[in-house]
Amino acid sequence: MSSHVGLLASWQRVLKRELLLAYRQRNDILTPLIFFIIVISLFPLGVGPEPEILRIIAPGVIWVAALLATLLSLSRLFNNELHDGTLEQLLLTPQPASVLIFAKITSHWLTTGLPLVLISPLLAISLDMSPIALGYTMVTLLLGTPILSLVGAVGAALTLGLRGGGVLLALLILPLYIPVLIFATGAIIATSNGYSAEGQLSLLAAYLILTLIFAPWVTSHALRVSLD
Amino acid sequence: MLQANTLAGERSGQRIFSDVSFSLQNGDLLHVSGSNGSGKTTLLRILAGLTLPAEGEVLWHQQGITANRDIYNENLLYIGHRHGMHSDLNALENLRLSCHQSCNRAKLFSALEEVGLGSHLKKPLRLLSQGQQRRIALARLLIESQPLWILDEPLAALDVIAVEWFSQHLAQHLQGGGMAVVTTHQEASFISHVSVTVDLN
Repeated sequence: MSSHVGLLASWQRVLKRELLLAYRQRNDILTPLIFFIIVISLFPLGVGPEPEILRIIAPGVIWVAALLATLLSLSRLFNNELHDGTLEQLLLTPQPASVLIFAKITSHWLTTGLPLVLISPLLAISLDMSPIALGYTMVTLLLGTPILSLVGAVGAALTLGLRGGGVLLALLILPLYIPVLIFATGAIIATSNGYSAEGQLSLLAAYLILTLIFAPWVTSHALRVSLD
Repeated sequence: MLQANTLAGERSGQRIFSDVSFSLQNGDLLHVSGSNGSGKTTLLRILAGLTLPAEGEVLWHQQGITANRDIYNENLLYIGHRHGMHSDLNALENLRLSCHQSCNRAKLFSALEEVGLGSHLKKPLRLLSQGQQRRIALARLLIESQPLWILDEPLAALDVIAVEWFSQHLAQHLQGGGMAVVTTHQEASFISHVSVTVDLN
């Protein structure tokens, strides 16, 4: 029992530090969010202001923008820590590294994924989405963006410190992001056509559970290899 | 007790040292010497469990360190070439975060006071000099009580006063039954306490 309390306490300790750091580096934090807003706002300008067209492409536009915004933020996850040596210290703590890594991923989602979820209704309205599609956009983002952070952490750890790591990272993790994109947009399109989105949402939830279990553990092993 | 058996180290696939063996008892200080590129940092990283040796093994109380990582990490304080502090956080925050045992505010204050950073508590680290940052990293030696220290060039960028402070504190640690592995190129009074030497040349 006491060891469980210890794990929770160390998770909280790292999470607090990460959030404090995020607050100190808030300009970096805003970059993915601003990217997300700009990309989506450019679509009505590019494809024309017809509401019918915008309504059809809206789920795909929002989700592709969310994928790319997350991708943009991933290099921040471990790079600074690699250069100042705090990553080494993280791996040298007595607590299991995967718990501390999970805290870092949690902080990444809170500062990258969650803001996208919160701003999405505004952008959905600008793309003329129906209220129900807007609701499902938020639900899929809420289920899907944690997956983007979790899978992204594995990719960021594997490509840490490599030259041209950014391109490699994209090639490595975009295939793993594609199921999220398909299920999420599928769910939004299904509901706006009057069908049930239960299947797609269940698959998204299953993917989330799978990555929650395995991603922190795989990431900590990948980091040990990258730091070797 | 820390024991190294026939360690060999590689850097980008090339063997840089081999057949390094030693054993450290309570109160022992190991000095790793060697020219630039001879593999001092690699050896220290192997001893800390950050890099896997190409050959050989490191034992902590007769147990392999990678198999019993959590026990080993509880007993180890490693300060590397990169001092392991966040440049956007201030001295107090950094020190509190790297403290794994019970650390109250008074203890942190007095540690920073002792290393001479008492008047720079609220500045983010990136505004401090290299030497000041190194002093904050070394303040960890005051607030934690691990028996084994592994310190990679702890004196880099330190002034004469700080070097002397470090030497005295290291001597105290050894007298209290602690162990330490240190690399340095500088002359310092703690060299007289060295009981084991590994020369990588």
